[in-house]
Amino acid sequence: MTNSSTRSLAVEAHDLVKVFPRGQVRALDGVSLEVEEGTVLGLLGPNGAGKTTAVRILSTILGPDSGHATILGHDVVKEADTVRRVIGLAGQYAAVDENLTGRENIHMVGRLSHLSRKVSARRADELLEDFGLAGAGDRVLKTYSGGMRRRLDLAAALVANPPVLFLDEPTTGLDPQSRQALWVAIEDLVREGTTVLLTTQYLEEADRLARDIVVIDHGRVIAEGTPAQLKADLGTSVVSVTLGDRSAVAEAVELLTPFSEKPPLVEDSVIELTVTDGPKAGAEVLRALDGAQVAIAGLALREPSLDDVFLSLTGHKTTIDDETEESAKPKRGLGRSRKSDVADGKDAA
Amino acid sequence: MTTTTIAAPVRSVSQPSQGNRLSWAVSDVMTITWRNLLALTRTPEALFFTTLQPIMFVLLFTYVFGGAIHVPGGHYIQFLMPGIFVQTVIFGAMSTAAGLSEDLHKGLIERFRALPMSRAAVLAGRTTSDVVRNVFVVILITAVGYAVGFRIGTNVAYFLCGVLLILFFAYSLSWGFAYIGLSAPNAETAQVMVFPLIFPLLFASSAFVPIRYMPGWLQAFAYHQPVTQVVNAARSLMVGGVLHDAGAVDAALLWCAGLLVVLAPAAVRKYRKVA
Repeated sequence: MTNSSTRSLAVEAHDLVKVFPRGQVRALDGVSLEVEEGTVLGLLGPNGAGKTTAVRILSTILGPDSGHATILGHDVVKEADTVRRVIGLAGQYAAVDENLTGRENIHMVGRLSHLSRKVSARRADELLEDFGLAGAGDRVLKTYSGGMRRRLDLAAALVANPPVLFLDEPTTGLDPQSRQALWVAIEDLVREGTTVLLTTQYLEEADRLARDIVVIDHGRVIAEGTPAQLKADLGTSVVSVTLGDRSAVAEAVELLTPFSEKPPLVEDSVIELTVTDGPKAGAEVLRALDGAQVAIAGLALREPSLDDVFLSLTGHKTTIDDETEESAKPKRGLGRSRKSDVADGKDAA
Repeated sequence: MTTTTIAAPVRSVSQPSQGNRLSWAVSDVMTITWRNLLALTRTPEALFFTTLQPIMFVLLFTYVFGGAIHVPGGHYIQFLMPGIFVQTVIFGAMSTAAGLSEDLHKGLIERFRALPMSRAAVLAGRTTSDVVRNVFVVILITAVGYAVGFRIGTNVAYFLCGVLLILFFAYSLSWGFAYIGLSAPNAETAQVMVFPLIFPLLFASSAFVPIRYMPGWLQAFAYHQPVTQVVNAARSLMVGGVLHDAGAVDAALLWCAGLLVVLAPAAVRKYRKVA
């Protein structure tokens, strides 16, 4: 139904495989994906799924063991230099120089992208303005907050107007306001025609920004489609029952399990059931609880969220915190665990 | 049903002309050098204390050890200063290792890898900024040396040749330290990894004491290692007279060139592998 033939692909990856010798981690185990020009692809997966490895290969930082990929038709291995001219990269580890000012950082990336001194300086002014950093432009980065660093990182990635942008978990560890600000900035870029490949653990982020989603886990693509398609594929609704009394949870779970297609999810006094026919199940649940005289404080029926999609695909929630991504990137220093990153890498100093 | 026939944004990819390649590579090295020097000025404390260290060595050797060390010509300060210059630039080169290691582990080099810049610029820029810093430190140490009685024994032109030779030596050496910096798990470790390497080279040399007072087996090592040759060459050029060592300049230049030829490609190869 999508007439993709009328639009060309900005990013194309076929069967990418990457094995890290240390620990024999198959970071990527045959990942293929496509991003249409001018759209956003959300690459979704838990920590260690291989998202960062995929971005590093697509942005020419890492060579794949097998498979191939092109950016705007240029091979990431054979034409790496050309690829580097058309991409921008910003990531969860804001790769900026602590000792330079915001303006100097952008200027440096501009000069290394081979913009003239004049153009580079002008772009630095524009970008600082665009990202609300005009006032902080001449301050050394050490004084920036986490959110400011990310914005500066993104600004620096945009200095050469790259048509294709890779964002590796751009909002991980940011507060809600900073996250919102970055989302708006990314939406603006896409409106102007930039192609974006975004990795994220936040389903909300993918839901809001991405036109298409690819879910990977253990280095493999386990699902792809639009957010709506993924939710529809799940083909289920969720009935969420909040009990009036926590002590009744065990009884209620026993009572409601037959209605749910999967074992009910219990969190505090909330029981979530996966059902095919929401309204019908809702009525039945009410009747059953009423019959057993279990008091309820609330009952809600909702369409599946991407969280539910994710849970059903991977069998685990997105918030699990294994550190396999770390071992997949053996060159990282020790002080780079995700937790310390939330404090924005200050420990690395 | 909406049809999606929005024209995809076509942005031309500017191809660099081949002639531009070299000039861009030079520009990249200059940009990285600029950035490193800028960073240096942003941590003046580090600069202050790394220059304080050689000054203290000058004072220590002149006033504490100097009286007990007998040197040809009898003027220990004349003997000492060329050695101090060499020691200073070697210690300075340690920061090449630490600086590179820091860039690597803070993700900065990763960003560089995704830019259309010259691959070698990160290393060349680092070693170049270290030379600039060394020039600054050498000027400072010369002033301190003058204050405690050092005098050029040859002439200014020879003296400057001696300085150039020492800077050349430091430059060659910094590629080796770059290699270590790229191998180290972090900046702090890079610094301690360098130490056991430079310590024997520096102290089992003619930098602070005449090697003829060392045991025979050590003399053999001391005489044939590069630090001694470079120090002797520097003495010949800066002080001359009884301290002149015929052949030391040639030997020192050979060492510097040889180290550069071996260490620079090794560092570049290491960089390609780890970054």
